Amino acid sequence: MSPPDGRRGAPAPLAFPEPGPARFASVQDVRERLGQVGYLADDGIAGVVHLADRLAKPVLVEGPAGTGKTELAKSVARVTDSRLIRLQCYEGLDESKALYEWNYKKQLLRIQAQRMVADSAPGEEAVPGDRQSGSTWQELEEDIFSEEFLLTRPLLEAIRASEPVVLLVDEVDRVELETEALLLEVLSEYQVSIPELGTVRAEQIPLVFLTSNNTRELSEALKRRCLYLHLDYPSLERERDIVLARVPGITDELADQVARIVRSLRTLELKKYPSVSETLDWARTLVVLGVESIDAERAKATLHVLLKYRSDLERAAKELVGATEAAS
Amino acid sequence: MLDVLTGFIGELRAAGLPVSLTESLDAAEAVRHIPLEDRDALKYALAATLIKSSSHWKVFETAFEVYFSLRGPQYDIGAEHAPGASDATSAEGDDQRRGRGQGGAGGEGLSPEELAEMLFRALLSANDAQVAAIARHAVSRYAGMEPGRPVGGTYYLYRTLRNLDLDGMLERLMRTARADAPDGRLTALEERLERDEFGARLDRLRRELEDEIRRRLVADRGTEALARSLRKPLPEEIDFMHATRDELASLRRAIHPLTRKLAVRLARKRRHGRKGPLDFRSTMRHSLSTGGVPVDPKFRYPRPAKPEIIVIADISGSVAAFARFTLHLVHAISSQFSKVRSFVFIDGIDEVTRFFEGVDDVTEAIHRINTEADVVWVDGHSDYGHALSVFWERWADEITPRASVLLLGDARNNYHASQAWVVQEIGHRARHVYWLNPEPRAYWGTGDSIVGEYAVYCDDVFECRNLRQLEQFVSELA
Repeated sequence: MSPPDGRRGAPAPLAFPEPGPARFASVQDVRERLGQVGYLADDGIAGVVHLADRLAKPVLVEGPAGTGKTELAKSVARVTDSRLIRLQCYEGLDESKALYEWNYKKQLLRIQAQRMVADSAPGEEAVPGDRQSGSTWQELEEDIFSEEFLLTRPLLEAIRASEPVVLLVDEVDRVELETEALLLEVLSEYQVSIPELGTVRAEQIPLVFLTSNNTRELSEALKRRCLYLHLDYPSLERERDIVLARVPGITDELADQVARIVRSLRTLELKKYPSVSETLDWARTLVVLGVESIDAERAKATLHVLLKYRSDLERAAKELVGATEAAS
Repeated sequence: MLDVLTGFIGELRAAGLPVSLTESLDAAEAVRHIPLEDRDALKYALAATLIKSSSHWKVFETAFEVYFSLRGPQYDIGAEHAPGASDATSAEGDDQRRGRGQGGAGGEGLSPEELAEMLFRALLSANDAQVAAIARHAVSRYAGMEPGRPVGGTYYLYRTLRNLDLDGMLERLMRTARADAPDGRLTALEERLERDEFGARLDRLRRELEDEIRRRLVADRGTEALARSLRKPLPEEIDFMHATRDELASLRRAIHPLTRKLAVRLARKRRHGRKGPLDFRSTMRHSLSTGGVPVDPKFRYPRPAKPEIIVIADISGSVAAFARFTLHLVHAISSQFSKVRSFVFIDGIDEVTRFFEGVDDVTEAIHRINTEADVVWVDGHSDYGHALSVFWERWADEITPRASVLLLGDARNNYHASQAWVVQEIGHRARHVYWLNPEPRAYWGTGDSIVGEYAVYCDDVFECRNLRQLEQFVSELA
């Protein structure tokens, strides 16, 4: 067997992983295509997605809850026509849930089947310790540690896929610091080493998104391998456009009012600020209720869709609405 | 390009951001893939590759604006004032320039009232391009920038803003908005929304002014010198005792995520210290699956005793900010302790635990401490000796052997008696006594600081000047 190319002769120089064919033509292209599926990206988002594709690097998306981190990955998958493979992280996630696992039940069955075949075959009784049984053992070992018995988990799945893939590692801050190391090989080299099989290299470079709610600092090693994107609450104009794009049947005027009230709320000192998804919920609520323009009473009655703490609700009502009673 | 990039990265490192070698390689690679004439694209590409934490964004932005500043003859400080005088560098040119500036020249011959009127219209109609143009104009007229003068941008900004009178502008905009309303007045909700809208526009104007001033400074003084003088500390490194109002605000914003992270980390630490004794029952049960052979021993989860915390904090003027942040932090993670009691003093002492009970808003509680706690005994100057002896009289019996006592303050006692024996007695009863001092270590024991007298009876004395040091101490405490 000849060694794979690149091993023979001069060693290949250290290089960045070779990106596949470009998924997007330009930053503008990213924006337009994401816009078509209803995800309104600003310059920063579109720029980072474009770079991630060109540099073949994962993107670490951080930001407050409900600003569209997961949605970004989903939308990118949709516009590039790729399969979305999702790894939801949680405390206690390990190799066998993230990378791969041997299907030991099937392996056991295989061994049992082997024994039954050997038992039923006359004249070929295996004597313990003789050469023949040694060779069957070897065969058996090679057999049960083959791909047939490998259960792929999301990371390996994304590497092995032949079609274009978007890998989403959701809430990566939930795993322990030690478990993060599992991701490193996949993220920087796009390969997985399996002791029994060898190294599995990616056939195509998947586009990888990691999301984090910032409940803890991620390790330097992980951050270094990623592009970093901080998704904050959107600007007034972008939020209004998002509401318009995502809530069917809303008028321009109402969307504008919604965005402005939400911006005012975010300037208050609250325990939890209304997220984009909550803004959308609120806008939907208003549309369902048939509200055409928001006045103080309506705002007060529906604020609980936006704010989830009693103290926040009281403060918001006092700041936004309560001044009426004081003034009049 | 590469030279600028390395200079830029050097500046980021000098400002305290951890930029690794791979990251700078990535940045150089990323720059190849974007259109260089697009300044925003460059900014986002560099941000994505070089900074990996949102708290570093501000530092990055400042450095970026300086290093990749817009350049051109129109940003020369002297240029637009002295169209005729080519020797703008001479002292003569300087004088001439000033004379023209006061004469309201600036090329367009507007009076200050006309300029204000134009600004007002531009703001009212949200015409960004015009606002930017007026900002440029206002800077050249009001800031009075002189080439080579080593003052920071804030001084020029202040001079410009004073002349523009933005508060008055906001009121005027509001009056117009009220007059435009259908029935001549706005409801409270509309009033609030309009005010926020105009506030946002004025903020944009302020940013525009800042940018403009910075561009001119860059043109005048060169990139590196300016970057050095504009360097701002990271939020977690701001000194408590000398923080400006803006810095205090950014500290307050930083402390909330910090407490959350700390709580998560501490809770995890508790759960994952796997040093409990063997759990015999569980081991036997799990051995059933391996035919009765205890292959996989199971251990009980340890339940380490949570410490009790007693905080005694000086809240006199100089160290008030420090005490406030420490109280905030300790109470925000109070679930990590079995009990937290807080006392504050200046020269009298009062227990403030009640303000935190049943309140889920720590900020509110801190506010009540400032207004309601009874901490002044004679004159409202720190008297550690009196405060400590009163504490000993009234609450000595409540110090249990499980309690850790934290004493907060700079120990500047205004030359009163120290009563250090109280600290000694507390030390006998409590598990630990720690002193946290917000002053730099070099100042300890100078002037009326008597931290040394107390230190001998404390288990340890820590310097706690910024959030990072405070966080480190608290995480070791729990």
